[in-house]
Amino acid sequence: MRKPKDLLFEISRPGRRGYSLSDCDVPEKSLDSILPLALQRSEFPCLPELSEGEVIRHYTELSTRNYGVDTGFYPLGSCTMKYNPKVNEEAAAIPGFASLHPCQPENTAEGGLELLYGLEQALKAITGMDRFTLQPAAGAHGELTGLMIIQAYHRNRGDIKRNKVLIPLSAHGTNPATVSMAGYEVVQVPCDERGLVDLEALKEVVDGTVAALMLTNPSTLGLFEEDISAMAGVVHEAGGLLYYDGANMNAIMGYTRPGDMGFDVVHLNMHKTFSTPHGGGGPGSGPVGVKQRLVPYLPVPLVDKKNGQYCFNYDLPESIGKVHSFYGNFGVLVKAYTYIKMMGAEGLKQASGDAVLNANYLMHKLKRRYQLPYDRVCKHEFVLSARAEKKKGAGAGDIAKALLDRGFHPPTVYFPLILEEALMIEPTETETRETLDKFATAMVAIADDIDNDPEKVAHGPYKTVVGRLDEVRAARSPVLCWKKNE
Amino acid sequence: MGGKHYLPLTEEDRNEMLSVIGAGSVDDLFADIPADLRFKGNLELEPAMSELEVLKHLQQMADKNRHFQNCISFMGAGIYDHYIPSLVSHVTGRSEFYTAYTPYQPEVSQGTLQTIFEYQTMICQLTGMDVANASMYDGGTALTEGAIMGCGATRRSRVLVSRSVSPFYRAVMRNYFNSRGLIMDEIPLRDGCTDREALLNMIDENVAAVALQQPNFFGMVENMNGLANIIHERKALFLVSVDPISLGLLQTPAEYGADIVAGEGQCLGIPASFGGPALGILAAREKYVRQMPGRIAGETVDSEGNRGFALTLQTREQHIRREKAASNICSNEALLALAASVYLSAMGPQGVREVAEQCLQKTSYAREKITAINGFELVFPGIYFKEFAVKLPVSPEDANLHLLKKNILGGVDISQFYPELDQTMLFAVTEKRTREEIDILVGELEELK
Repeated sequence: MRKPKDLLFEISRPGRRGYSLSDCDVPEKSLDSILPLALQRSEFPCLPELSEGEVIRHYTELSTRNYGVDTGFYPLGSCTMKYNPKVNEEAAAIPGFASLHPCQPENTAEGGLELLYGLEQALKAITGMDRFTLQPAAGAHGELTGLMIIQAYHRNRGDIKRNKVLIPLSAHGTNPATVSMAGYEVVQVPCDERGLVDLEALKEVVDGTVAALMLTNPSTLGLFEEDISAMAGVVHEAGGLLYYDGANMNAIMGYTRPGDMGFDVVHLNMHKTFSTPHGGGGPGSGPVGVKQRLVPYLPVPLVDKKNGQYCFNYDLPESIGKVHSFYGNFGVLVKAYTYIKMMGAEGLKQASGDAVLNANYLMHKLKRRYQLPYDRVCKHEFVLSARAEKKKGAGAGDIAKALLDRGFHPPTVYFPLILEEALMIEPTETETRETLDKFATAMVAIADDIDNDPEKVAHGPYKTVVGRLDEVRAARSPVLCWKKNE
Repeated sequence: MGGKHYLPLTEEDRNEMLSVIGAGSVDDLFADIPADLRFKGNLELEPAMSELEVLKHLQQMADKNRHFQNCISFMGAGIYDHYIPSLVSHVTGRSEFYTAYTPYQPEVSQGTLQTIFEYQTMICQLTGMDVANASMYDGGTALTEGAIMGCGATRRSRVLVSRSVSPFYRAVMRNYFNSRGLIMDEIPLRDGCTDREALLNMIDENVAAVALQQPNFFGMVENMNGLANIIHERKALFLVSVDPISLGLLQTPAEYGADIVAGEGQCLGIPASFGGPALGILAAREKYVRQMPGRIAGETVDSEGNRGFALTLQTREQHIRREKAASNICSNEALLALAASVYLSAMGPQGVREVAEQCLQKTSYAREKITAINGFELVFPGIYFKEFAVKLPVSPEDANLHLLKKNILGGVDISQFYPELDQTMLFAVTEKRTREEIDILVGELEELK
């Protein structure tokens, strides 16, 4: 199965070309007369020289060395790798959207504004928030935007002593990183034996220096934080605000809303819950919704509707400003809008219902063979621990590689950090029962393999185009780009 | 009814699965949500549409827009109407690429990882830098994170940014800096370029980095020579935001001594899409790699010695370092970096240079023609790459209204960002514009005087 692949630069041949440009039809001047020689680069960049067909073959072959949702089951916990409907791609490519310039006069981009406005209305309904900015380009970007809004709110009230943000130990890594980025200090809140935020511990750390509590609900363990109302009460009473990380929103659409749980700020991931593809790492989109008292701090511009006309509203004197050069990842927003239009209220609720059903079904099947530390009804995902398997000689990371050989993308491994040898599994609603059954069978077979020959499992994968990669070497002596004559 | 065809479970599946779990109904699986928090009734959304209905609905909305396909565009200011070769969307449309997640499992992600490695190489080739990351959100956030890198590397907290840097980028930076408690000061303009004397007076031992843009917001090629010395003498870093197409022709940032390079890569085969998704470029000299945010792919070997690629230096990143990470960035613009790679592979060194030269020649032609019209004045004398600012005899709003009647998307009104420049419009002329189109624009502008 091992298959080497050349780099673009290694198949390049001087003189080949893969482009066609029209001739320059304006009267040309000598180059040096319009751009002095001193301002010109001294040599050509070493870019590949290939025919169009070679470029296509190169990338087509590379695509076969990849695994996407369209390839197979992708139960990556907290990433919501659901099917990405094809109509979304078609929608975003409509020339009236794809070829729209951000600086066009408002009246020439009415359709774009209408779509942004319509999406905001839908997100408000789904979350129970009062207004949204669609500007953040990713979930983490939304988190930062949300914290900036919270910061502006406190500062504007003259409340400048708040320098901490509370985060449960089970939080995504972006949460603490975002807190630092906004200049706050992270305070970790422990979980109790149920896997939920420890309410008593929370009460102990909440005081007048806390700006906000950031929470994912359901948590990264896939568990609904049942004490959320009490938590909100504790934080609000001390003058702090509640931030909702919407990474796990796919579990609860139509069943409950963050706006009703007491959250003041919410971000959503269009590339998770709302079916836009992950693109091998991006683009994402992370709209942020707020309650009324925070609306004045939202980034500019907002999209308003006045007398039946859609317009940008820059008149927010208390606004934090901008977080993106323009209006965010509009192309991704078109896809999310399309998805919501296709699903409707009933469809979205059913998506969440099926996502939770699939997760509980798979959890039920796997807990017979793997340790399930929090054995209670889960939401869209659940976390197993491969502690026992690790003791036998092959842990979570090895199980992941063994799954690759069996044609599955592995779950998220070694996260959340509160569990040893974590395997975080999120099947999503777009998978069939047969797929879940096959996956469960594969997981059981791998557990058997670990019983019989853990050494073998610890050295996989065997059927992929490359074997297990030496990531330590990659980091210790970094080779970060190709160099000529190497 | 719409999107139910994305949901494969049948009623029979549901019932059987519930009985395996031992639950009575799907609703029972939500019993852990306290009763007072359960949402009652239906979400207030419009009824679901079929695929045909949704496409019609979207097309109707899109038809209200004027755009590059039904107008001749002279809009720029960071987002441009460049030619996108056909092959680009065919590669990015391969769902093995676009439906993949971040390549955390390298053995089944060699496609994505190798494209990132090749992208990093091409960005290094264009800029002359040693390392590039896998992408940032856009030009504005890339420049901002570059400035934050500068603060991290120098352990200083003040950055000087030229007023000739895009006002959109400065707005983003101001916001990030304000939140984090960093200081951003603006270097004034002189004749449309960075005022060197002012820079000399402003720079001191507290300055982490000095940020310029090349070509600058007005389309002008600034004289970068000697700046690196001034900046490095104060042990500050030289940060520059570039237009990657211009680097087919212009001196590289490495040649004029820059330390960190940011940029907007939309011009490399990416649709305008109302400004996003775009492509944030970030590259630097090797010694700053530990301060670099975002994902980086590196070359390594597998257990049998075969070459392969993996994400590397991850101890800079949020999922490992949490609150000590260089940045909080997780999702980036990987698919757009792929588009840029495909574009650059097809264009090659000759193609990129040819695009850059045509931009230069056509801009020169349009500038001479437009400024020859009575009442139309070039705002600043200087060297221009692919756009230029002109003072109009009428308001840019009126000018654009007139031009739209002839299906021309005129320039960007920049008076709002520079109060001292009233009635000023920024015209961009890419390789896509023909002489005929430029002449039509000129003809229509003549009617305005």
